[in-house]
Amino acid sequence: MAIYTEQQAKELLTKVISFSEADECECNLDGSVEGNIRYARNTVTTAGEVSDVTLAVQSCYGKRTGVATINEFDQASLKKVVRRSEELARLAPENPEHMPNLGAYKYDKVNAWHQATANITPEDRAAAAEASIAPSRENKLIASGFLNDAESFSAIMNKKGMFAYLLSSSVNFTATIRTEDGTGSGWVSRDFNDSSKLDTREASSVAIRKSMGSANAREMEPGKYTVIMEPAASAQLIGNLFGNMGQRGADEGRSFLSKKPEQGEEPVEGAPTNRLGEKMFDERVTIYSDPTNPDCPTAPFAGDGHSVGKTVWIDKGVITAMPNSRYWAQKTGVDYVPTAYTGGGLFGGNQQLIMEGGDQSLEEIIKDTRRGVLVTRLWYIRQLDPQTLLYTGLTRDGTFYIEDGKIKYPIKNFRFNDSPIVMLNNIEALGKQTRINGSMIPVMKIRDFTFSSLSDAV
Amino acid sequence: MDRRKFIKLTGIGMGGLMIPLPGTFISAAELTASPMDVAYKKKMANIALNSATSAGATYADARIGRYLNQFITAQEKRVSNVVNTESNGIGIRVIANGTWGFAATSDMSVDSIAKTAARAVAVAKANSKFQTEPVNLAPLKGVGEVSWQTPIVRNAMEVPIQEKVDLLMEVNNAALDNGANYITSILFLVNEQKYFASTDGSYIDQDIHRLWAPFFATGIGPGGFKQRGGLGNPVGMGYEYLDGDPAEQISVSGANVGYRWSYDMVKDAKEAGEQLQAKLKARSVEPGKYDLVLDPHHLMLTIHESVGHPLELDRVLGYEANYAGTSFATLDKWESGTFNYGSGIVNLYADKTQPRTLGNVDYDDEGVKTKQWDLVKDGILVNYQAIRDQVHMIGQDASHGCCYAQSWSDVQFQRMPNVSLRPNKEDLSADDIISDVENGIYIVGRGSYSIDQQRYNFQFGGQLFYAIKDGKITEQIEDVAYQSNTQEFWNSCVKMAGQSDYRVGGSFFDGKGQPPQVSAVSHGCPTTRFNNINVINTASKVG
Repeated sequence: MAIYTEQQAKELLTKVISFSEADECECNLDGSVEGNIRYARNTVTTAGEVSDVTLAVQSCYGKRTGVATINEFDQASLKKVVRRSEELARLAPENPEHMPNLGAYKYDKVNAWHQATANITPEDRAAAAEASIAPSRENKLIASGFLNDAESFSAIMNKKGMFAYLLSSSVNFTATIRTEDGTGSGWVSRDFNDSSKLDTREASSVAIRKSMGSANAREMEPGKYTVIMEPAASAQLIGNLFGNMGQRGADEGRSFLSKKPEQGEEPVEGAPTNRLGEKMFDERVTIYSDPTNPDCPTAPFAGDGHSVGKTVWIDKGVITAMPNSRYWAQKTGVDYVPTAYTGGGLFGGNQQLIMEGGDQSLEEIIKDTRRGVLVTRLWYIRQLDPQTLLYTGLTRDGTFYIEDGKIKYPIKNFRFNDSPIVMLNNIEALGKQTRINGSMIPVMKIRDFTFSSLSDAV
Repeated sequence: MDRRKFIKLTGIGMGGLMIPLPGTFISAAELTASPMDVAYKKKMANIALNSATSAGATYADARIGRYLNQFITAQEKRVSNVVNTESNGIGIRVIANGTWGFAATSDMSVDSIAKTAARAVAVAKANSKFQTEPVNLAPLKGVGEVSWQTPIVRNAMEVPIQEKVDLLMEVNNAALDNGANYITSILFLVNEQKYFASTDGSYIDQDIHRLWAPFFATGIGPGGFKQRGGLGNPVGMGYEYLDGDPAEQISVSGANVGYRWSYDMVKDAKEAGEQLQAKLKARSVEPGKYDLVLDPHHLMLTIHESVGHPLELDRVLGYEANYAGTSFATLDKWESGTFNYGSGIVNLYADKTQPRTLGNVDYDDEGVKTKQWDLVKDGILVNYQAIRDQVHMIGQDASHGCCYAQSWSDVQFQRMPNVSLRPNKEDLSADDIISDVENGIYIVGRGSYSIDQQRYNFQFGGQLFYAIKDGKITEQIEDVAYQSNTQEFWNSCVKMAGQSDYRVGGSFFDGKGQPPQVSAVSHGCPTTRFNNINVINTASKVG
């Protein structure tokens, strides 16, 4: 059995906790049933199904912690994993940053599970692949793609009375569709909790249009351009920005949110060490997380079981919250700012972010653009400078030149060197949001985006 | 979209390194428990093979694996993690109706193995309805019963945790006492005990060891902060790699110390502290064209991205289009026999046989004996990397022997073998290469790396940068990255050092496939010079 109901998880974990002899004991039970299908060259290449349940037991003696896991659930195995974790805890060095387990919390109700996704069969996956391959073939194109669906649950319980549980489902689909002569390529991505919202034929039609539309691209000079980014293009940069917003790194002087005395000045006792409360972006930028968001629900609890509600990270361009650990919050005398639990293969490890947008559709924003570049996605993004969050990467699978409100012709891909900090200060327009990798990101029109060199890659 | 459990090691300065952690957590003592008895493995494998053929398979192979990992991380003066994991099971791959099928289980009972084999055949038969290209396997003779072990001197798994913790604490203190403000050091240890059996008549038992000991140090100054990563290499060796033998160190005048087959992590950490202070004061580079001298700890990644990946045959043919993309090195270029991948002195070869490398094994994960072969000879593209079901597409009849699965629970597929640049026949040193550069930059260590989806346009950073003027290193500089195109870059290769300078770096976590799989691969090269490369300045003023 891979999926435990709330009641079943509670019963199992209660039994495990009852074996504990340590000062503290906290357990995680994570399970999933997943399936996937991959295709390339207009044919299915691999397909598989995996089911897995893992129990992790963390025992503490004072400030010493040991973790052991197991995937067998008979009585003897449950006792064994508890003893193992206790043995490892006794051998572990003391962790000066150890924080005691938390107690019970009330959690918001989150609807993250859908029957349709749980019901997906290998035949459904094959049909979904065929719905992408067939129209590609009809258009003399070559389809490749990947569909991955999962039903998962996560539960946490400890000796202090905490118990958290979430059941969820997810489906992810991507397709790359290319012309036979290799001069055109288009890509699409869709992810949902409810697989009845996924139509791989419809999604593939987007990639097909981009593929045919991107053939025989023209060269344009590298330089600074007004860029319209589809949500898939900016999502990773926004995620990277958030990933660098931790309070501790800022306080320690090693992030873009560090606050240092001016050159030549002495540090003042009690002066702020980070940029919380400062306006760093355009006032149209508001980014928050909310586990109960119906389009991209996430766990209403953190990895340590603390409840997680709506948290506003950036409000009208001002940094209003920075994620931290309980230890660092205590040390610096501020509130703990937890983030939603994404472990156990639940949501692929990405932190859910919701960025507010506007009312305009992508097409309307294009119509409003005198001269610009439309970007489908950005690829191989790597950090160049952690202080300024300068990143490099490339455009891919559908890059187009816009003139006088219309897509004029496809252009060759570019390498970019730019920073999400600069981007979010150079906003021309924000449009409608789309879900991408568990977050809600709007269409963005950004001026002076730096394309530094050309790529011949299609 | 990935089902693997990942643990995010934060605060390392690498943007959150994601490490796959398969299996269950166990104690350190259990890591060195006796491996499964070979006779038992043969018996279980035969059950799998026989069940598969009874269900209608025309070919079957089984991999019984015991995969052990130990990860220890230390941040500044505390140990933040000690994790030991073990994963056991059997993965069964079959051909039925000309189609691949695969199934795996951690339940090693007779009944479960038989059922899993039958399920693999059922998957093959179901997929055969959509199959348009029947599998065409290059022939292979069975080798009977053989065994092999990585030639380690000291099993890293047997070294007590305390000794490892003491080393990481010594490393961290060396950095902190000499100019670093923060440091995270890590020990990654891997032991793959895998048994391969096939209906060709092979029973291959291999015990593979590898380790990597990186660190990431940060220095804070008035202008901001800088980072410096360790210069140790991931290797297919035991704990002896960390002995710090001075005979295996190469000093480059006025610059860094590099490491061959023995790493002094404490010395490197001390230098990192000092170099961080230097980085904080160093002049920012003037962008422009420069002659670049690339040290092996750096060049290995350029080789990986611009040679290793584009020459994976399945990538060339479109099988990875939906993930990392395709390749500019299309079949017509190879068929012409005249495609100048690089200048006439560039010789790049593939292998899974160089001792002490990450790719070194006796047989790959479909039972093919490993070997060495040329990819680029005297600058001309001459071959790809291909496995049993691909090699016919380039008119060859023997697999190159580079098939690999990250675990028993994953299906094996083509992975990059070691890919290396041959050293100069003349045994020149790194100092010799630097000595006739008029206006250049010497780059040490791996930094940012980015390349497009067909492997043309790339941009690479590094850890340390030194200005070269009239044959001498004049000063340390900062904020360097170079941008080039693969064919142009390799054709601007004008000189390299010889065998004594040759060092082997590598990647411990190369990614490919959907769902993604991890693989470890080495790249050997000498210090090498490339002329007239575009260098950009990565510092910018913001806000």
